[in-house]
Amino acid sequence: MRATAAEESQSGNLVLLCLASWAIPGAGHLWLGRRNKGLVFLVALPLMFAIGLALRGRLFPFDFSDPLVLLEAMADFGMGATYFLSKALGYGAGDVRAVTYEYGNAFLVVAGLLNLLVVIDAYDIALGRK
Amino acid sequence: MRSHLLLLILFAFFVSLVFAAIAKDDVKEQIRYGGAMFAGFVASAVVLGWLMYPFPL
Repeated sequence: MRATAAEESQSGNLVLLCLASWAIPGAGHLWLGRRNKGLVFLVALPLMFAIGLALRGRLFPFDFSDPLVLLEAMADFGMGATYFLSKALGYGAGDVRAVTYEYGNAFLVVAGLLNLLVVIDAYDIALGRK
Repeated sequence: MRSHLLLLILFAFFVSLVFAAIAKDDVKEQIRYGGAMFAGFVASAVVLGWLMYPFPL
């Protein structure tokens, strides 16, 4: 059975919503009118990511020969535009000699993973599940 | 900042804040849920830290 134009438009909006939510933490919630939640995500997640960078954490490369590095890279990538901006500005080289290196990595990885959870939450709200 | 405890508390705060905002809609419930999660994070880290204390590196 073919999808109607309204269904196609709705699924297109959902994809756009998820992309916006991924690119800018909290954008999906702001789009859906959940202003307070959106603002919390918009402030907390990039701040957590920035703290990770300040602690000399590393933005891991997509190295397919090392599964753990690959998984960490995917988690970092979850931060969307903040990830690309940090890379473009030369942050995230990481300093393995720094005392705070592992803490920095934990902040970076968890910020990315939390943003992916936020995207799923926005998707659920858009579908009316929440 | 180099204090492991302060970094742990900061990390627990951010994670609890985001989880509480995702899981609950009412502000009072968010504070209760986030506070319990934050306390759980910090308390379990301190307890685990002391449990590991006798073991050599």
